[in-house]
Amino acid sequence: MSGIEAITMPKWGLAMLEGTVTGWDVAEGDEVSAGQEIMEIETSKIANVYESPVSGVINRIVATEGETLPVGALLAVVAGAGTESSAVDAYIADFQENFVPPEPDGDDGPAAQTIEVPGFTIRRLAMGPGTGTPIVLIHGFGADLESWAFNQADLAAERPVHAIDLPGHGGSGKDVGDGSVSALSAAVVAYMRHEGLPDAHLVGHSLGGAVAVEVARGEPDLVSALTLVAPAGFGPDIAGDFIDGFISQSRARRLRGVLEMLVSDPGLVTTDMVEGVLRFKRLDGALDALKAVAAANFEGNAQRNDLRDHLSGLSQPVRVVWGSEDRVLSASHADGMEGARITLLEGAGHIVHMERAAEVNRTILG
Amino acid sequence: MPMKSYREAINEALVQEMERDERVILMGEDISGGTGGNGDQDAWGGPLGVTKGLRPKFGPDRVLDTHLAEISFVGAAAGAAATGLRPVVELMFVDFMGVCFDQIFNQAAKFRYMFGGKAVTPMVVRMMYGAGFRAASQHSQCLYPMFTHIPGLKVALPSNAYEAKGLLTQAIRDDDPVMFFEHKMLYDETAEVPDEPYAIPFGEANVTREGDDVTVVAFGRMVNIAGQAADSLAKAGITCTVVDPRTTSPLDTETILETVEETGRLVVVDEAHPRCSMASDIAGLVAENAFGALKAPIRLVTAPHAPVPFSPALEDAYIPSVGKIEDAVRDAMGHGSREAAE
Repeated sequence: MSGIEAITMPKWGLAMLEGTVTGWDVAEGDEVSAGQEIMEIETSKIANVYESPVSGVINRIVATEGETLPVGALLAVVAGAGTESSAVDAYIADFQENFVPPEPDGDDGPAAQTIEVPGFTIRRLAMGPGTGTPIVLIHGFGADLESWAFNQADLAAERPVHAIDLPGHGGSGKDVGDGSVSALSAAVVAYMRHEGLPDAHLVGHSLGGAVAVEVARGEPDLVSALTLVAPAGFGPDIAGDFIDGFISQSRARRLRGVLEMLVSDPGLVTTDMVEGVLRFKRLDGALDALKAVAAANFEGNAQRNDLRDHLSGLSQPVRVVWGSEDRVLSASHADGMEGARITLLEGAGHIVHMERAAEVNRTILG
Repeated sequence: MPMKSYREAINEALVQEMERDERVILMGEDISGGTGGNGDQDAWGGPLGVTKGLRPKFGPDRVLDTHLAEISFVGAAAGAAATGLRPVVELMFVDFMGVCFDQIFNQAAKFRYMFGGKAVTPMVVRMMYGAGFRAASQHSQCLYPMFTHIPGLKVALPSNAYEAKGLLTQAIRDDDPVMFFEHKMLYDETAEVPDEPYAIPFGEANVTREGDDVTVVAFGRMVNIAGQAADSLAKAGITCTVVDPRTTSPLDTETILETVEETGRLVVVDEAHPRCSMASDIAGLVAENAFGALKAPIRLVTAPHAPVPFSPALEDAYIPSVGKIEDAVRDAMGHGSREAAE
C-alpha cells in the first residue's frame, strides 16, 4: 500500500465533530502540493478553505460536494503515479471499514482547562510539543480561545501554542478589574509567569492585540515577538455600533447583523456562531464584564487607547495582519505603525484569522 | 462543553440558585422522599429523580417534603413568596392543578395587582406535562394554555437541557409567579450545558432553524419534533424557520410576526388540545397582525380534542409527529403563492 495517503476531514476547534464539503478546487488526476488550497469546508462555526496536508496526485475524490462527514472521514486519496486502481479501491475499503467517527463526549485530543494562576482564573487550551518558542494567542473583545480554532493546531506542529480566555471572556473568571488593557494584560502576564513561558511570541487579535503590546511593553523579558491581527489601539476610531450591538442584542436575529460586521462575506456567520455568543453573554457576570471592558477602551466610535508610541519603543519584531475590508477597525490604522512588517489581506474582514486562516498562519510563522 | 440531561440541568439550576440565594427553598410531595420514616432518607428525589440529593445538601429547612395536599402547600408557597422567600414548589403532574388552582390564579397571580404593585410573588411551580409516557389521561395533559390565559402568571416551556437550566434560573430570579413546564419525555435527553450559572430572558424566542418557505412555531417538546420535520423537509427543498417561543407568557410576538412576514406561511405545532390552545392563539395573532403577508392558510398541528388515550398505539397516534408536521408544511406550500393564484 505504499504511496497511498488519505486526506481526511480536519478538526478545526474543540467543538467540531463534522464538516460539510462545500466545494472542491481540484479534480481527480490533479497534482497537488502540501499547503495548496484544495477544497472548501463549512463547519458549524464558519466556512474555510482546506489546504492539502500531503503532496501527490489526487487519485480519487471520495467526498462529494454537499456531503456532511465526521471529523477524520475520508475526503480523497492521494497516490503516486501508476498506482493500481485496485490498490486504491482496497485502501478505501479498508479505511471505511475501520473508520470510527468521533463521539460527542469522546476524548479526542487536547481539551481546554480552567486553571488558577495568581490573581486570576484562566481557561486555556495548550497544544504542541514541549520545546520551541512558545506562542500565546490572545483573542479580541467578546471572543474566546475558540476563535483560534483554525490557527492553533497548525501553529502547534512544531512549538507549544497556548490560547487563553481573557478575564471576563469564555470560561475565565468574570472579574475584569477596571476593564482596561492594563488590567487584562496583567492576567496574561500572570498566566505566562505561572506556566513558565519566557520569550514567547504573542499573537493578539483586535483588543487582544492591544493587550499583547501592553504585555511586551511592561514585561519585555516575556516577549520575543509580536503578531498583531487587526489590533485595537492604533487609530482614533472603531465601529461603535459593533461594540454596542454586541452587548445589547439578545435575540439571535438581531445579533447576527452585528456579527456580520466582523466578516467581509456575511454568509460566513453561522447560526451556531451567533448562538455561541448569546450563550456566553447569558453566563452570570459576562455582560457586566463586557460592559466594563467596552467602557474602559471605547467611547462611541472612538478608541481610548493610543499605543503607537509604545510600538516604536519596542525592541521585539512586530508583524501586523489586517483585512482590507475590516469594518470594525479600519486597515488604514496600519499606516501609522512604524517599524512593523505589515501584511494586508485583500477582501478579508475583521476576523481575518478565521476568514483566511492559512495566510494568517504563514504570516505568524514567516 | 459538558453534556447533561434535562434532569441534571434542572437539578443543577436548583443547586446553583440555592447556593446563590438562601431565600430559595423547595417544597413538594416526595421531592426528597422517606422523610419522617425509619427507612432510607432522600429515597426518591421526586417521581423522576430530579430533586435527588438536594435535601442532604441543603437540609430539612430548605427542602421540604410536604403532605399530600396541593391546596395547602401551593398556598403556603404563595404566602412564603409574598413574605420574602423564593419557593420552588413541585406539583408533580400538571394534571393535579385542579386541586390548587385557586391558590395559583386567584392568589399568587393577583398579589402584585391587588396590592398596588407593592407586593411581589417570586414563586416557581415546577410541573411535569405531556403525553408519551404511558401514564394515561390524568397524568399526560399539557394545560399550559390555561395558565397562559391568566395575567400575572409567567409560563416557561424548556425544549432541551440547555433551555431548562437557563429558564429555571430566570424563573427563580423572577419576582412573579412562574409556571415551569417540564416534559416527561425530555428528562433523559442531553445537550451541552455550561457548568456556570446562566439565565435565559423570558419573552425572547429562540429561532432554531432559518428557512425561506414556512415559519413553524412549536412549544416545549414539540420544538424538537418540528426541528426533525424541518431537517427532513430541507432535503426535499422546503426550508422552514422554526421558532421556539420559550415562554408563552410573556410571548415574543415580534419574532413570530417578523418571521411570518419573511416566509408568508405559518404552521403551529402544539401538543395541547386544539381549542383555546397556543396553536389557536398564535394563529389568531398572525391572522390579525400579518394577514397581508400570508400566502397560504395557517395550518395547526395539535393533539385531538380528546383525553390522552391509555392504549399505547392510540397515544402514539395522538401526539403531533414528524410526519404530521411535514404534511402540514407541504399542505401550506401546496397552496402556492398568492401571485400564482391570481
